[in-house]
Amino acid sequence: MADDAHTAESFESLAMPLFSSLYNLAHWLTQNRDEAEDLVQETCLKALKGFSSFQPGTNFRAWIYRILRNTFLTSRTGLKVSATVPLDPEENEAVLPVTADTPESLFLAQADQQTICQALAQLPLHFREVILLGDVEEMSYQEIAETLGIPMGTVMSRLSRARRAMRELLSTKVQGASR
Amino acid sequence: MTCEWRGKLDPYVDTELPGPEAAELEEHLRVCPACAADALQRLQLKRMTQAAARNAFTPRPEFRLKIENLIAARKKPRWASAWLPKLGVAVALIALSFLSAGLWLQRSQRRQAVGELADLHVATLASANPVDVVSTDRHTVKPWFAGKLPFTFNLPELQGTSFKLAGGRVAYLGQNPGAQLLFDAGKHHISVFIFEDRNELARLGSGAATTRSAFNTETWTEGGLRYFAISDVEPAAIRELHSLLASAH
Repeated sequence: MADDAHTAESFESLAMPLFSSLYNLAHWLTQNRDEAEDLVQETCLKALKGFSSFQPGTNFRAWIYRILRNTFLTSRTGLKVSATVPLDPEENEAVLPVTADTPESLFLAQADQQTICQALAQLPLHFREVILLGDVEEMSYQEIAETLGIPMGTVMSRLSRARRAMRELLSTKVQGASR
Repeated sequence: MTCEWRGKLDPYVDTELPGPEAAELEEHLRVCPACAADALQRLQLKRMTQAAARNAFTPRPEFRLKIENLIAARKKPRWASAWLPKLGVAVALIALSFLSAGLWLQRSQRRQAVGELADLHVATLASANPVDVVSTDRHTVKPWFAGKLPFTFNLPELQGTSFKLAGGRVAYLGQNPGAQLLFDAGKHHISVFIFEDRNELARLGSGAATTRSAFNTETWTEGGLRYFAISDVEPAAIRELHSLLASAH
């Protein structure tokens, strides 16, 4: 029982500093406050229960984010969203360059935070989550691979394609707004 | 036109490119404006995405508190739920053992006192001279005790009852002097002991009982005196004598 108290204390010291990030990530995944709160609560309970399986010294952030993501994917909303994600034929395709003739500097200059958030929210789940982990949380490729349970090469190609999709969405939005 | 370095721009922006390769790419960026612009745009988008999305949603303070309490509940109440019942059980067990010891001691003392009085009764009956004052007259028996006991008592008129006073003697219980009155009830004998009701006799309590040697007993207090009747007669007869003695008080 004293071990339980010690476990809860160790868990608290590792998890609570990540609380805001966890919630933000949960909200980006669920796109709903109530569902995000449920997701974070369930994640915390699962993580606390399985904390003994966490090896001290390894990446706690990747560990708890993985729990959050898996919990989301098995939730009603998660199942619905993941069922609509098409198979990805480009998964292992070479990284594509930015189209040379796209005047990105122009649309980036015009894109405000709200437009960027709208574009991110519209991205398919597998693109959105890799951008959230890579660009927003600034996770390394290795951490992203651990969190998503995919190879590093897939992380790189998926991140590249997600950013491309993001640029295209932003471009469309900015052009649409300027017309 | 695409450059062979384009595929490396994302890892470069993400600082995932190994040192020598990153240095080589930086050399290339100095001479390739297209790649330099591309790298800059990727970096810009990354920074803008981070700035927009990092704190887009913040948890409500009450939700944070809820989670903190949830974790805290695993710390405190676990301890409490683990130790408090055990502590409670331990305290209850200690209290119970004290109570049991107290009850056992009380029962043991009571048994001992009753046993001694039963012994006195039997010894009296077995004696060739069971009483020191032989009289059926209460006005003879009662004065006989004067000066022998530190207290006095009243005896009832037994005329017309089924009891007859046979006499009395001084008895000792726990080094305290008292009166032992012998009554006849038909062919049965009843000893009535009268002592000052000290603490050590209070353990006798009150009421009727049957001893292990099958004697019937009854004890009560009256006017600061402890009465103890013992005989092989029916409990009802002892109760009747009790009433008579009580009425004389």
